[in-house]
Amino acid sequence: MQDWREDKTFFRATIALPVIWFMIFFVVPMAMVWAYSVGENVGPVEVAITGTFSNYAKAFSPEVLKVMGDSVVLAMVTTLICLVVAFPVALAMTFADEKQKTWLLLLIMLPFWTNLLIRTYALIAVMRTSGVINSGLEGLHGLLALTGMQMGTFEPLPLLYNKFAVVVGLVYVHLPFMVLPLYAALDRLDKSLIEASLDLGAGHLETIRRIIVPLAAPGIAAGLVITFIPALGAYLTPDLLGGPDDLMIASLIERQFKRANDWPFGAALSFILMYITLIFFAIRAFMERKGGKVGAH
Amino acid sequence: MSDRDTIIRVEEVSKRYGKVTAVDRVTLEIPRGEFFALLGPSGCGKTTLLRMLAGFEMPSEGKIFIDGVDMSTIPPNKRPVNMVFQSYAVFPHMTVFENVAYGLKFDNVAKADQYGRVMAALADVKLDHLAERKPDQMSGGQRQRVALARALVKKPKVLLLDEPLSALDAKLREAMRFELAELQDKVGITFVMVTHDQDEALAMAGRCAVMDRGKLMQTATPSNLYEFPANKFVADFIGSVNLFEGTLEVDEPDHAIVQSEELGGRIFFDHGVSGAGGEKMWVGIRPEKIELLKREEGAAPPTPEDAPSGCNVTAGTVRQISYLGSESIYEIDLVNGRRMQVSRPNLSRWDQEDFTWDDEVWLRWHGDSPVLLQS
Repeated sequence: MQDWREDKTFFRATIALPVIWFMIFFVVPMAMVWAYSVGENVGPVEVAITGTFSNYAKAFSPEVLKVMGDSVVLAMVTTLICLVVAFPVALAMTFADEKQKTWLLLLIMLPFWTNLLIRTYALIAVMRTSGVINSGLEGLHGLLALTGMQMGTFEPLPLLYNKFAVVVGLVYVHLPFMVLPLYAALDRLDKSLIEASLDLGAGHLETIRRIIVPLAAPGIAAGLVITFIPALGAYLTPDLLGGPDDLMIASLIERQFKRANDWPFGAALSFILMYITLIFFAIRAFMERKGGKVGAH
Repeated sequence: MSDRDTIIRVEEVSKRYGKVTAVDRVTLEIPRGEFFALLGPSGCGKTTLLRMLAGFEMPSEGKIFIDGVDMSTIPPNKRPVNMVFQSYAVFPHMTVFENVAYGLKFDNVAKADQYGRVMAALADVKLDHLAERKPDQMSGGQRQRVALARALVKKPKVLLLDEPLSALDAKLREAMRFELAELQDKVGITFVMVTHDQDEALAMAGRCAVMDRGKLMQTATPSNLYEFPANKFVADFIGSVNLFEGTLEVDEPDHAIVQSEELGGRIFFDHGVSGAGGEKMWVGIRPEKIELLKREEGAAPPTPEDAPSGCNVTAGTVRQISYLGSESIYEIDLVNGRRMQVSRPNLSRWDQEDFTWDDEVWLRWHGDSPVLLQS
């Protein structure tokens, strides 16, 4: 049998199609968007590529900076909540038996296969003023009032159209992104290391802190990045669940391309989002190198 | 045995997983300072029993006492035992020193004393020169020493060892046998080792418990396990044995005779056995306790040395010879078709040719060689 690495023809044949695909549908459009980002509007539909950086300069206006800052904060809060929620879930999954593992993984994946729009509207149905939570609370309120407690009138909780709603929605949507890499990292962990720690006198929390977390660090880092990046660029969730003040970058970009009809500014914002993403990738790569071969064998 | 000298007492302990009984009403006492081995084929429940001693599994029934204290409600991190895991379970993100010091953090050992104790434990396992190494820069044998030091530094009342030698290569395994036994002698801590390797158990342990399908078969010293097995399973599991079914024909206080169709003859015991006449029983004879003699066509059988004529002697033909250097194993086909194993030490450099394939031979043994087994 021939060595495929040696056989250049075979290598070229297998790689040709993906390369062409990648060129047509990624590199070329990205180049066009980049070109727009240094262009100017010269008519309702025409853009002249003038090499100007004014679009990028416009991004440093206070309004745009606020949206970007909000986006980063919302995405970070989302990522951290995801980590806190996903870690025990992932850890518990690794201790389930094989049959249960399959079902638990399926349950984690199930929302993934449901349309995002449907899930978001379902969330609205749960959280709106007359939604499941508020009517439930109203019922409870009524019951307590019946027992003679001084309850006053029921005020529905403002669950929707604010940053709280955006974070809830983002956490809901992005939780699988966190659970899966954490689960992969924790499941690889030799269970006898945990037993050894207990055997040597450590309690469960000490074992998590001193053994499990350090050894799962690469998985935690992967989970943070994999969750943060899509959360930062989220469009539908903040758009539907947030109020007018809870704009995230993606919505701002969408406005430039549609309502504002300012393609060069939209293109510049798109690239700024990409640069932010790349910065976080770089931080992760740097941390990984600094961390050395921790957890690796 | 008084409670004071008993470090581990296992009382009627069973462990069930659904319908499977992993450990079945095991009762066991281990004296302080002993090197004890739990021996048995895989799936016999020995590891489950060890894990119950460590606290990773809880008995479904029965009680475990360590140094007189009931362990029923005590979690692994509060037990006065430490374990050396089969995979060693050395923490990969810590240096050797940090690994060994890990357990001392939870024992309220003053920081100043930690260094001395860790280095002393590392010296015990001859690793004090590698304290700053990371586990991924060490061999399997060295990682095992880290695991040993990490457990011993806690000065446990009992050290549990789960198949400690199984992951080492053959040469190192031999060396570690002696080293572990020496270490145990030096530190004076009770060792409880799980192994499926009978050589390992016999070579290292002061006493062994043989288990099969969750049940304790026999607890005895290595030589007693070999020479006085309690039943067929132990006789067969420890070393090789020729087993014959037979009926007890003569049952006197000072001798007994078993008639065996399988052997095609009678087996004489020069001592009394406990059993009732006419009962079906098993007789085991170790291969090295059988003597091979040349057989001439038509010649009378040799007289047994210390048995009535016609007993403890049978005719056969050499079928297979395995030359093992120090000894040779002969597979002999008896006249009635049964195969029997005989081993002979190669005492002289020249006598290996004495018996060869298809030789007609007599097999003869002493009246104290066979062992009567009732189950």
